[in-house]
Amino acid sequence: MTPFTRHTGRAVPLDRANVDTDQIIPKEFCVRVERSGFGRFLFAHWRREPGFVLDLPQHRGASILVAGDNFGCGSSREHAVWTIQDAGFRAVIAPSFGDIFRNNCHKTGVLPVVLPAAEALMRTVAGVPATEVTVDLERQVVEVPDGRWHFEIDAFVKDCLLNGWDDIGLTLRDERAIADYEARVPTALGAPVEARESGQGDPR
Amino acid sequence: MSDNIGRTVFDKVWDAHVVRSTPGEPDLLYVDLHLLHEATSPQAFESLRLAGRRLRRPDLTVATADHTTPTVGGVERADPLSRRMLELLQTNCGDASVRVFPLGHRHQGIVHVIGPELGLTQPGRLIVCGDSHTSTHGALGAMAFGIGTSEVEHVMATQCIRQNRPRRMAVTVEGDLPPGVTAKDVALGLIRQVGVKGGQGHAVEYRGSTIRALSMEGRLTLCNMTIEWGARMGMVAPDDTTFAFLAGRPFAPRGDAWEAAVARWRALASDEGAVYDAEVALDAARLEPFVTWGTTPGQVLPVSGMVPEPAAAEDERALRYMGLHPGERIQDVHVDRVFIGSCTNARLEDLRAAAAVARGRRVHPGVTALVVPGSASVKRAAEREGLDRVLVEAGFEWRNAGCSMCLGMNADSLGAGERCASTSNRNFEGRQGAGGRTHLVSPAMAAGAAVAGHFVDVREWAR
Repeated sequence: MTPFTRHTGRAVPLDRANVDTDQIIPKEFCVRVERSGFGRFLFAHWRREPGFVLDLPQHRGASILVAGDNFGCGSSREHAVWTIQDAGFRAVIAPSFGDIFRNNCHKTGVLPVVLPAAEALMRTVAGVPATEVTVDLERQVVEVPDGRWHFEIDAFVKDCLLNGWDDIGLTLRDERAIADYEARVPTALGAPVEARESGQGDPR
Repeated sequence: MSDNIGRTVFDKVWDAHVVRSTPGEPDLLYVDLHLLHEATSPQAFESLRLAGRRLRRPDLTVATADHTTPTVGGVERADPLSRRMLELLQTNCGDASVRVFPLGHRHQGIVHVIGPELGLTQPGRLIVCGDSHTSTHGALGAMAFGIGTSEVEHVMATQCIRQNRPRRMAVTVEGDLPPGVTAKDVALGLIRQVGVKGGQGHAVEYRGSTIRALSMEGRLTLCNMTIEWGARMGMVAPDDTTFAFLAGRPFAPRGDAWEAAVARWRALASDEGAVYDAEVALDAARLEPFVTWGTTPGQVLPVSGMVPEPAAAEDERALRYMGLHPGERIQDVHVDRVFIGSCTNARLEDLRAAAAVARGRRVHPGVTALVVPGSASVKRAAEREGLDRVLVEAGFEWRNAGCSMCLGMNADSLGAGERCASTSNRNFEGRQGAGGRTHLVSPAMAAGAAVAGHFVDVREWAR
């Protein structure tokens, strides 16, 4: 995972609520077996609208996305996070996020910042697109030249992101505990019994 | 853990799966069943391989082809990219010794339909899958939630998942559902009440007399839609309906093991006096068949209603996208396409409901209507009952199992501006095809719209 410590860049204000992962990366672009190369499909349908905020010249090169409430709701496709990352964004700031999307960000190294004041920040960067925004994970603050907001983040997630820890490597250190659990609680799916199908029509 | 006060079904299943619990860290939980499909697993298999790691428990992993499968013909009908995904699923599963149900297999189908119907989904199990609608399996009293591809890889390597314990929410639905009102309408009515982010951070338990009276199919529909209001999991405590549904299924326990399992499962019900962090109540008698008018499942109205005045910028945008006007009666809105399918509403009961409306009627000449059974097994069962004949005679297309037009990763999708009555779960912009307009409804309502060419209150047809 890419570590996240502190990032400064310009932000693009996407003033829409409930931006779902189908908007972030429409399904027709998910038919791929790779993890990279999704960036150019970010908001592919919305980009067909003239004047879509991401394509305005004053927001070119932005590396922080500021959005409305419930960002990333919907499908679990991690492609959404890969797409945002591949398009050059390091952080997404919104009042709240879809739970699975936020988790996926944590595993990928894109920082999802839950900021109740996202709307104020949105106004700032919409008014002055050149505003430099700093997201500091260590201190848990978002800063602009004339404003500063604290944000909350799970302490464990913060540690993982700051260090770029490999989640799997971390869990494999608990090998003993996992093996103990397996010995204590044997789990098996068993062999299926294939019966003739009948009545209710289900495979039994 | 809370030993002295009553525990909920969620607490009981969670506590039973804790591998390691450390203050200040998420719990490490053991996964009983990991379900895979072709759309979110290839990158996980690849990363695992690159890291030199192996699947810890291929025997607890089951895969099926569903997201990109063609619904006419076999894999040769898939476009080259989809075909690569489908073939890679088989290769990856073969290499890793994972049981897989590819296209053409008698058990193939939508992952959330085949889990329960094969008896893989059982009360008390912790089930994950790289798909947000994994919440479906909670209908049997399992703890089931969707995960991303990085977590899929994590489960492959460790058979564990790291999770912060969500807060508990009870959704209590009391009373008899009025005739013509289904589990889908309970879900849509609930989202209308709590909003599309009402469940964020919560594990939901559905309870009350309405839930007890629901069939297993209905419970699956309701739990399926849990993610649509932001909660990752929805559970129904197992009861006699659950046990009757599971008995005799291929992976269900048999003989003495069955008796022991039922005794264990009964004890999973929430204790008297169990405490929830949030509670929501819904009155079944006040529910109607619902139709969504906008681009989130929360933008929904009763079939007797009119398209509302916009209350926010999102509403204005949704109205524009959907080509609707405030004050328009939803029953005056015409449809071009009808989709009966998806992990929400493509089980046998759903197809029966659609066929009951279609019987002796004809699909409107201006409408193309698709029926896509949730699994190969549902398809065979429906055919044994003659539902396919009823639907085909009425002018519906009868297809092979898969996710199909719920998300249109295969060839089944809407064209720009096309309006669809759909039994699926998401009416997001472009979900069923770029520029497509989706209205979520129950199977009977979808069949009614197919026949009339516009939305109708199917309750009036039953009288």
